[in-house]
Amino acid sequence: MSLIIDSLSKRFGNFAALNGASLTAPQGAFVALLGPSGSGKTTLLRILGGLEGADHGTVRFADMNWLDMPARERKAGFVFQHYALFRHMNVARNIAFGLEVRPRAQRPAKADIKRRVHELLAMMQLDGLGDRYPSQLSGGQRQRVALARALAIEPRMLLLDEPFGALDAKVRKELRIWLRHIHDKAGVTTVFVTHDQEEAFAVADLVAVMNQGRIEQMGTPQDVRRDPRTKFVSEFLAV
Amino acid sequence: MKKNRAATDDPPLLRILLCGIAFVFIGLFLVLPLLVVFSEALAAGLGPVWAAVTDSDTLAAIRLSLLAAAIAVPLNTVFGIAASWAIVKFDFPGKAFLVTLIDLPFSVSPVVAGLIYVLVFGRQGWFGSWLTDHDIHILFALPGIVLATIFVTFPFVARELIPLMSDQGREEEEAALSLGASGFATFWRVTLPNIKWGLLYGILLCNARALGEFGAVSVVSGHIRGQTNTMPLHVELLYNNYDYVGAFSVAALLALLALLTLALKSFLEWRYADELAAVHRH
Repeated sequence: MSLIIDSLSKRFGNFAALNGASLTAPQGAFVALLGPSGSGKTTLLRILGGLEGADHGTVRFADMNWLDMPARERKAGFVFQHYALFRHMNVARNIAFGLEVRPRAQRPAKADIKRRVHELLAMMQLDGLGDRYPSQLSGGQRQRVALARALAIEPRMLLLDEPFGALDAKVRKELRIWLRHIHDKAGVTTVFVTHDQEEAFAVADLVAVMNQGRIEQMGTPQDVRRDPRTKFVSEFLAV
Repeated sequence: MKKNRAATDDPPLLRILLCGIAFVFIGLFLVLPLLVVFSEALAAGLGPVWAAVTDSDTLAAIRLSLLAAAIAVPLNTVFGIAASWAIVKFDFPGKAFLVTLIDLPFSVSPVVAGLIYVLVFGRQGWFGSWLTDHDIHILFALPGIVLATIFVTFPFVARELIPLMSDQGREEEEAALSLGASGFATFWRVTLPNIKWGLLYGILLCNARALGEFGAVSVVSGHIRGQTNTMPLHVELLYNNYDYVGAFSVAALLALLALLTLALKSFLEWRYADELAAVHRH
């Protein structure tokens, strides 16, 4: 019962975004993908979310052939850097979306959806904002709505693409502490993309340092920091 | 003391001159002709206008124009949405070429567009003998008129949607997909609500052009009075027969439709600007 990524490759034209990336993490882990831009971390995340297909390689997760599943059946809650909230829906309808689009047989009753939305609003400290539209919220509030929307579908995996990249330093710090809290409470496996090493080390159980489409080193924050195994990792961490 | 002019203000004389030119130009070339249309139509009072408009040939022309628009506009709406969706949401070879092709009807003379259909479906055309053998009438009949109208009004919806949709990007659709929505649900619940005002605007322009098209339809229609004459063609026919009141009455009807479109368009622009502003306040 774990996440096993085995030699994933992906090319965009002449550019090799992923070049045999492999990693293993236990289920329920909080993994940070850390690396400079262009190192392939977002591509890896998008492949896990089913928003991009891999050219080669396999992913097993919870004993499932993950890449063979269509994106919409994976239940991978994806949180985008720029939130990607549905702009014409209010906050409550944004959060309810993943439940409302389920096939009739699996769809919860209206009252249950409503209750779930209320729970999530409370959990995200967004009480009273259910009727607002995304354009009426601050950046930090929008990202909490995006997280609530992803959690509403009870995801098997939570995927976050630089979720705090567009926010100021103070809000970033608050949100990451709080994200870790949510992760522990929900018991999901989380993969978190960032180029900010301080953020990665502060929040993750496991840090995977990426460079040129490969995982250069993977380990606990302490291990990676104490014992950088390649020149690239030590240089990247020294910055 | 001399009054200070703000640094960004133009000299008053220049301003008056520019405004004056704009107003004279619009008055001379737009407002005056429009007034002439109405005054000529009403030259002999309302009675003859009513008689001309309710003439059976005129009614047939109105029916035909509305029918052609009623077929062409929905088809071009579906095409426009499909093409913009494909162009904005996917990368595929030949994409730039498709974008250029969509604009083709704007750059080709409508008469040429009509002639293309004559060459393809006419008696001497590619499918001419096959069509005659099977007793299928395309030229000088409704299908030809609809085809010509579709050709000419082809770009309106797509041209409206492509910039709007590429501005909005793919992220909301990706979010919907990851939340478990099917392609249809994504389109219906996410894409369509995001483009609805732009879409309406495109449909309106498409409809206005479909009702007003003269050149392309003229080539394929055959001008059979009461059968294949659309409103613009009927105006020409009445005018050539020295029926000025009749010609200007039908023209006034077309002008009224245009004014109605303009009013609706302004309303939509006002609505749509509001919505767009809300959408962009990120």
